[in-house]
Parts: sequence; C-alpha cells; structure tokens
Amino acid sequence: MKNDIILLGHGSGGKLSHQLLDELIIPILSQVEQTEQNDAAVIDGIVSNQIAFTTDSYVVDPVVFPGGNIGDLAINGTVNDLAMSGARPLAISVGLILEEGLGLDELREILQAMKLAADKAQVKIVTGDTKVVPRGKGDRIFINTSGIGVFDHELRPVGSAARPGDKVLINGRIGDHGMAVLASREGLDLQTDVATDSAPLNAMVAKLLERHGSAIHVLRDPTRGGVATTLKEIALQSGVDICLEEERLPVSDAVAGACAILGLDPLFVANEGKLLTIVDGQVADEVLATMRRCEFGEKSALIGEITENSAGRVMMRTAIGGLRSIEMLAGEQLPRIC
Amino acid sequence: MKYSSEYRDPALAKALVEAIYQDVQGYAGRMTLMEVCGTHTMSIYQHGIRSLLPSQVRLISGPGCPVCVTPITYVDQAVAYARRPQTIVATFGDMIRVPGSTSSLQLEKARGADVRIVYSPLDAVSLAAKYPEQTVVFLGVGFETTAPTIGGSLLEAEKRGLKNYFVLCAHKTMPAPMAALTSDPELQVDGYICPAHVSAVIGSDAYRPLVEKYAVPCVVTGFEPVDMLRGIQLLVRQVVAGEARVECEYSRIVKPEGNRTAQAILTQVFEPCDALWRGVGLIPDSGLQLRAAYQKFDALSVLPVEVEEPREHQGCLCGEILKGKVTPGECPLFRKACTPENPIGACMVSSEGTCAAEYKYGSC
Repeated sequence: MKNDIILLGHGSGGKLSHQLLDELIIPILSQVEQTEQNDAAVIDGIVSNQIAFTTDSYVVDPVVFPGGNIGDLAINGTVNDLAMSGARPLAISVGLILEEGLGLDELREILQAMKLAADKAQVKIVTGDTKVVPRGKGDRIFINTSGIGVFDHELRPVGSAARPGDKVLINGRIGDHGMAVLASREGLDLQTDVATDSAPLNAMVAKLLERHGSAIHVLRDPTRGGVATTLKEIALQSGVDICLEEERLPVSDAVAGACAILGLDPLFVANEGKLLTIVDGQVADEVLATMRRCEFGEKSALIGEITENSAGRVMMRTAIGGLRSIEMLAGEQLPRIC
Repeated sequence: MKYSSEYRDPALAKALVEAIYQDVQGYAGRMTLMEVCGTHTMSIYQHGIRSLLPSQVRLISGPGCPVCVTPITYVDQAVAYARRPQTIVATFGDMIRVPGSTSSLQLEKARGADVRIVYSPLDAVSLAAKYPEQTVVFLGVGFETTAPTIGGSLLEAEKRGLKNYFVLCAHKTMPAPMAALTSDPELQVDGYICPAHVSAVIGSDAYRPLVEKYAVPCVVTGFEPVDMLRGIQLLVRQVVAGEARVECEYSRIVKPEGNRTAQAILTQVFEPCDALWRGVGLIPDSGLQLRAAYQKFDALSVLPVEVEEPREHQGCLCGEILKGKVTPGECPLFRKACTPENPIGACMVSSEGTCAAEYKYGSC
C-alpha cells in the first residue's frame, strides 16, 4: 500500500477498501481466500442445542499500553465473556472503526496482536467489518468483537448460584489492567512497571469444569468496576452475604502504591485477565490447586466466603481486623486533589 | 515502588486497639474526635476503623475536603469561564462533577467546553505554552498542600513570560476553621485528628494557639491504619487525663516548623484573606488571595465573566455534615436523590467527601 495512514477512502467500499482488506486485514486476521469471501461466515462444529453469544466494544485510551494493546484486549475480553458462561469460545467477529489519519503501522501492530490472541485462545476470527470516520470524529480506533461459544457439557455456572458455605477464589493479583492503562495516560507521569493482565481464561475454565464440574457455582470476570462491583452483583443475584479477607487479596506492591498516590482502591480497578469463581466450600482447596497449576493461575488465592442468605451484602475484614462494607463502583474513579 | 506495609501491620494494629480499650476503661463519658482531613475520612472507612473502637470513642468528619467546602458561587464562576470563548479550564479531577447552581463543568464539557483534567498545575502552565491563542484558567482550590504548587505554577508562568495563564483562586487554610468549629456552641469536639499533609507544610506548631486558647487536644497523624490508631490513642489519653497538647505521631513527614520552602512560596505569592466555607460560612483569615504583584494572574480581576445568581439545593445537609453535626444517613437526600452518579451536594462528589465515603464503604 502506498499510503502509510488511513484515508477516508479506505471506508468507501471501493478500491481502497479492498486494498486495505486484501493487503492488510485479511492476511493478518483470517487468511480467507478471495473466492471464499461472502456476506456471512459459515461456522462448523456446533452440535450443542444451546450456544453462548456475546458482544463488547473497545474504546480504550491510549490504544497501546504496557503489556498489550486494544487488539488483544478486544479478543481476550470476548473470549473471557464466553468462557465465564461455561462455553467453549469458537468464533469471533471483528468490527473496526478507524479514524482518518491512523497510521497503518499502528493498525498492523493492533491486528497482529489480535491474531496472536485469537490463536492463543484457539478461536477463529470468522467475519468482520471496517468503517472509516473523518479525522476528529473518532479516537484513532474503536473495535467491536462479538463471539459465539458452544457447550461441551451440561454445566451452566451463573451469578445466582452462590450458596452459604461456598468459597470465593481469584486467579491472581488484582488491579493490574486499570493501573497499567491509567499510568500510560498522557499527563500522568507515574513511573511504574505495572503491565496489563489481559489474557484468555478459556483454558482455565475448561480445566475447572472438567475436573470439578458442578462444584463450580459461579464464574465471572471482574473487568470494569473491579472485584468489588462484580462480587456485589453476585451477592445481589444470589441473595447472599459475601465476606472478603483483605489480607488474602493478592495486590502487587506497585499497584497498591500507585493506587495510594492516586487515591484509588484496587478492589474497584479493572482487570482483563482475572476470573472470580465461587465454589463448593468442601472442595475449595482442590479447586485452588487446579487453578494454580493452570497458566495465568499461579498466584490464585482463596479470598473470602459466602456467609449467609441475605439481601446481598459484601463485607471485608480489613487487614487490621476492622469490618467494612463494599458497594458497587459509582461513577468513575477520579484522582484526588489533596 | 515499595508500599508502607509496616504501617498496616495487623499485630501492631491489634495491640493499639487493645491499648485504646484499656485507656478508656472507667471513662464514664463519651468523647467526640473530629478528623479534619478528607483523606483521614477515607482511611477510617477503608480500614473499618470505627468498628474497632470502644463505644466511648466517636469519630466525626470535619471540613477538610477542599472540593466540599468550596462555595457554589465558585463552581458557577468556573462554569462561566468554561463557557467563555477561546478558554481552556484546567482542573484537578474532583472539581468537574461538582454541581453549581444550574450546571457543572462535566455538563459544560459534554456541551463542547474545553475542560481538561490535570494532575499538576504545571501541566496547566504547559497547556498555556502549547496553546498561546487560548486563555487557560486553572481552578486553584485546596489547602496549604496544593497552594504552594499553584504559587509555583505562577512563578513558572512568569519565568516563561506567559500572558495567557490565570488562576481562579479559592484557597483555604488551616487551622482557622478548627477554631470556628471549636467555638460553635452546638458542637462539642473533644479532640482533633489534625490533617497530615497540610501539617507537613504549616508544621505541627501551627496548632499551638488553638490548643492554648480552647484547651482542645490536637494530634497530627498519618493516613495508614497504624498511624490512625496511634493518633486516636494519643487523643484518647489526653481526653481521659483532661489534658490538651499538640502531639505529632507523623514525625516522619511533619516537622514542628513545617516546610520552610513551601511556606516561602505561599508568602511570596499569596496573602491571607477572609474566606467563605460552604456550610460553615465566612471565616476571617481562613483563605489565600494573590498579592498585588501577582494580580495579573488572577482570573476574576483580569477576565471578567458574568456569573449566575447562586442557588443552593433545597434539603441538602452538606453544611451540617461538614461541621460534623449530622451524619450522611441523617440527610433526607442521601442514597435517594443524592448519589455519586448524580450528586446534589459537594460531600457526595469528591472521593474524599464524607457522603461519598459512606456511600462507597457503608457502615457495618
């Protein structure tokens, strides 16, 4: 391609559009031959009578941040949403909204990250769409991904299935993604080595369901709003009280320190490679051992328990022995001023 | 980046809690301790400190969140500057959601105004240098912790010869409001948890006149749970013994004489003035205004704007909450009409406001 930036013409549907697709996007993402390009993808391998279907849009700023970019984020996010329903992610669609002037090198880097993430998660990018908006009408690149997953079993972990006596487990340190993005924002000269935790969790979920079956009551990924908001949702859906132990919460020194400087609470900071699972208390230790053997699970921890049936309160026993209640994130976390 | 885990040590905290229980044993009355600073309020909620204290010790929150004590007129002025053509309003994050009489900076931003969140006033100076055809108005709110940095930004703007950088100044100082609260007959404060970072600038000796005049114990303490508990213990001991002194638990940061460099910038750029505190009223010598030599940076003097008539929101008890007379739960709007997504009063807006803390962390 002669130009090195996105032009409005790349979204025209004409020659430039075809060039962009045939020379950049398709070679990286799907390798579908031109003769096989149609208006819809045909997906093989669906035998179950239920499928999981999800969609998510990605508008992260900046588009590149320590440990990843908007491309792998868009794949992992949709893979994880499917995985949390108990499904095996199978196929993904990609909608690209590009701002006129976006560098093709940057686009290539993002597409390559998407391809790598899709391969890692063993999902196929089967269909897509590209639009270009005039300069100033978008913010470099927005991505929408939708995904289809199939069920290889009868298990359906849902948010309403937590019971008194169950334990709460998480697969590692919290708050990494939110802090990595915040720290790389323009104007915030925060020198820290925090990288995003963005990762596909479908292999871990498959292993958990295969080994522990119906003992896995709830699976959720604590993305926006963080662990606090996700647990509050579960408590309300299940009508139970959840009690966390602050001392057991895995938080890196770097995230704890950066949060303290900015006046944030790691419990409310976004994650992109974490799952919360609520499991039968009898087998919690075995589930924890399984998680720790999985990739992205080495630092898994048991962080709390379901105490009783109730209206859905979330409490935390603080490290110094105090008790505090935890509510959903309200508004955005903003930096403090004194 | 190593975080201060020593000050979160559970064994130390437990020992301090036990010591506080012993110290109040046999104390018949109930003592009310006020934390003046919003970051202390957050820490108390975040670590569940209230749930650890004996029933004789009651903690109330004071007027130490700078966003919360900023009068509604100031927000209206900021909104007026946001509507001014060719003007960038630069601000710390918390201010953008504070409701004014009929609008907020957030609303103006959505309508197309150029409102930028910055993390330091020097970033606002850089904006002025980058956009010479624009006028940059920085919202100067906060106590002695932020005022020196804003003073420093004016010195920097002067050095760089910038003619398009201005400050909308509403700085407040300590400990004047503590004296006002102590002399309020409706309020009984038995001891103050003095602000930590303000004290780093003004020094712990700044509270001596207050202690001498009103015989009220003052303890400067840090934000970590062990700091908080140790500070509370020192206050409890003074109250039980009927003493009143200034004590400093936070000596790793706070010196008796404070930070001379910061004080020198404050004196060079600002002079004391009477200031209006939302909810508390006019307090003599409790604010800072620019000295004559720096008036050329004063937005209100140089850039006239038309500001709407202030209209306080009916039923909002922020004023009483800021004085520690009422708890958030006692306000009829709390959690109903007034939430962090749709705040009516300033105490719900700032992450350090008492209502926002109570909403987020609740009380167990």
